[in-house]
Amino acid sequence: MSALATAAHVDVNLAGNRILEDIDLTIRPGQRVGILGANGSGKSTLIKALLGLVPLAKGEVELFGQTPGRQLPWAKLAYVPQTSAVGAGVPTSALEVVRAGLLTGRRPWPPKGSKTRALAALAAVGLEDIARQAVAQLSGGQRHRVLLARALVRDPELLIMDEPLAGVDAASAERLVQALERRGQMTCLVVLHDLGPFERYLRRGIVLSHGRIVADGPLAEVLPTDHHHHHEDPRPRRSRTPELEVRP
Amino acid sequence: MSQYLDYWADMLADPLIQRALLVAILVGGAAPVVGTYLVQRRLALLGDGIGHVALTGVALGWLIGAGLGLAPGALAVPGAVVAAVAGAVIIEVVRTSGRTSGDLALALMFYGGIAGGAALIKVAGGTSATLVSYLFGSLSTLSRGDVATAVALAAIILAVGLTARWALFAVAADEDFAKACGLPTAWWNIVTAALAALTVTVAMRVVGLLLVSALMIVPVAITQLWTRSFGRTMAWAALIGAGTGAAGLVAAYWYDLPPGATIVVLAILVYAAAAISRPVLVRVRSART
Repeated sequence: MSALATAAHVDVNLAGNRILEDIDLTIRPGQRVGILGANGSGKSTLIKALLGLVPLAKGEVELFGQTPGRQLPWAKLAYVPQTSAVGAGVPTSALEVVRAGLLTGRRPWPPKGSKTRALAALAAVGLEDIARQAVAQLSGGQRHRVLLARALVRDPELLIMDEPLAGVDAASAERLVQALERRGQMTCLVVLHDLGPFERYLRRGIVLSHGRIVADGPLAEVLPTDHHHHHEDPRPRRSRTPELEVRP
Repeated sequence: MSQYLDYWADMLADPLIQRALLVAILVGGAAPVVGTYLVQRRLALLGDGIGHVALTGVALGWLIGAGLGLAPGALAVPGAVVAAVAGAVIIEVVRTSGRTSGDLALALMFYGGIAGGAALIKVAGGTSATLVSYLFGSLSTLSRGDVATAVALAAIILAVGLTARWALFAVAADEDFAKACGLPTAWWNIVTAALAALTVTVAMRVVGLLLVSALMIVPVAITQLWTRSFGRTMAWAALIGAGTGAAGLVAAYWYDLPPGATIVVLAILVYAAAAISRPVLVRVRSART
C-alpha cells in the first residue's frame, strides 16, 4: 500500500536557525513509529513540518499522497499537540474540547451524535466521569488524555502525537498507552523524549540528532542497550516511567 | 411607593430612554459573545486598539459627510465600521506575522488613530462635545436611525458569533489542532477580528470608544469565576452584559450620571462582588457534591 506520510529532502529553518536538515522518511499504513531524540533535536518540528504547521525551507512533505492544504483528507488524521491553550483562558469542559475534535474544514460544527461519540472517546481514555469538568481543573495527565480523546474521536487512520508523556505521571502514561492498544490497527507517529510504556507499543524508531535522522529501524535496534550507552549518545534511554531514567 | 412607580412609568414612557434601553440591552448582550473568543485568545485589549483606530474612521466619516453636505455625523458610524474592520484585519495580519516590530507598528497605529481622529473631527466642524460623545458614549441622544443601525449590527454580531461558535471556539482554543482538522484558521481569525471591529463600532454609542473593551470583557470575567464550560460562560456573560447594560442605564437616569461610564462601573462592581463571594460559593458547591 502507498505511504501515509512522506518527507523528501526536507529542511526547516526557524528564526534563522536550521532546525531540520535533509529529512527523508516514509510512514506506511499500520506502522507504529516513535520519533526519538534529545531535547532540541527537532522532533516536534518534524511532525509540524509533516502537518504543514511550519514552512519548509526545502523539500516536500505529503500526507495521504497530498501536500498539506485544502485538498488533504484531514478527516483521516488526528494530531495531539504537546501543549494546548484549551481551557487556559475561558473555562472549557472536557466534553467541549473533545467535541471540537469532530470539526472539519467543510463542516465547521460537530455532526449529529457528536456528544455520544465524545463521551465514548472520553470513556476510552478512562475519563467519562469528568466530561463536564473544566479542563483547567484537571491534572496534567488527565489533560493529555482529554487531548488524546479529542484526537481519537475523529477515528483517524493516522494519529500524530507530540510528546504525549510530558508532565504525565506513570499511571496516566500507562492508561494512555492502554487506550491506544485497545484501539487496535491505527498508524501512529509519536514524538517522545522518554519511551515509558510506549516501548511495548511502538515497533519502529526514528532517531533525530541536531535536526538529522541518525537511525531508523525496528525500535529495539535503534535503542541503545544500557551497556553501550555513553553520555554523548543522542538516542533516548529506556525508562520505566517518563520521569525516571534507568541508571546506566 | 406610588411615587416610585410614577417615576418608573415616566422614565419608561420617554422615547429616548426606550431607545437607550433597547440598545443597551442588545449591545450589552452581543458584546460578551465576541468577548468570550477574545478572552480565550488572550486578546482582551484588542477592542481598545480597534477603538482607537475607529475614532479616525468617525472623523473621516464626518469629513466626507460635510463634503457631501449631509447632516453632521451622518457618516460617522459607517466610517467607524470601515476603519475598525480594516484596523482589526491589519492587527490580525501583523500579529500572525510574529515579527517583534509588529508590536511597535500596532502602537503607532493606535496612537495615530486616536490623535488623528481627535484632530480631524475639529477640521470637519465637530466640537469638543462631539469628541467626548464618541469617546465616552452618547446613549441618551440616540435617534431612530441610530437604533436601527445598532440593531442591525448587533444582529450580525449575534448571528455570526453564535452560528459559527464551534469554529471560532476551536480556532481560539487551539489553532494548531484546528489547522490539523483542516479548518482554514486564517479565515476564522479574520472573522473574529471583524466581529470585534463591528462590536467596537456598535458599542461606541453605548459606552464610548475608550470603554468598548469593558463591555466585551468584564461580563466574561465575571462569569468565568463560576462556570465550567465555554458555552455556559458565553451564555451567562451575554445575560450579565444585557442586565448590567439595562441596570446601569437606569441608575444613570436616576442619579444623573453619564450612562456609559455608569454601566462599566456597575459591571466592575458586580465583578468585585462575585470575586469576593466566590470562595463561599465554591464551598457551598463542594459541600453539595
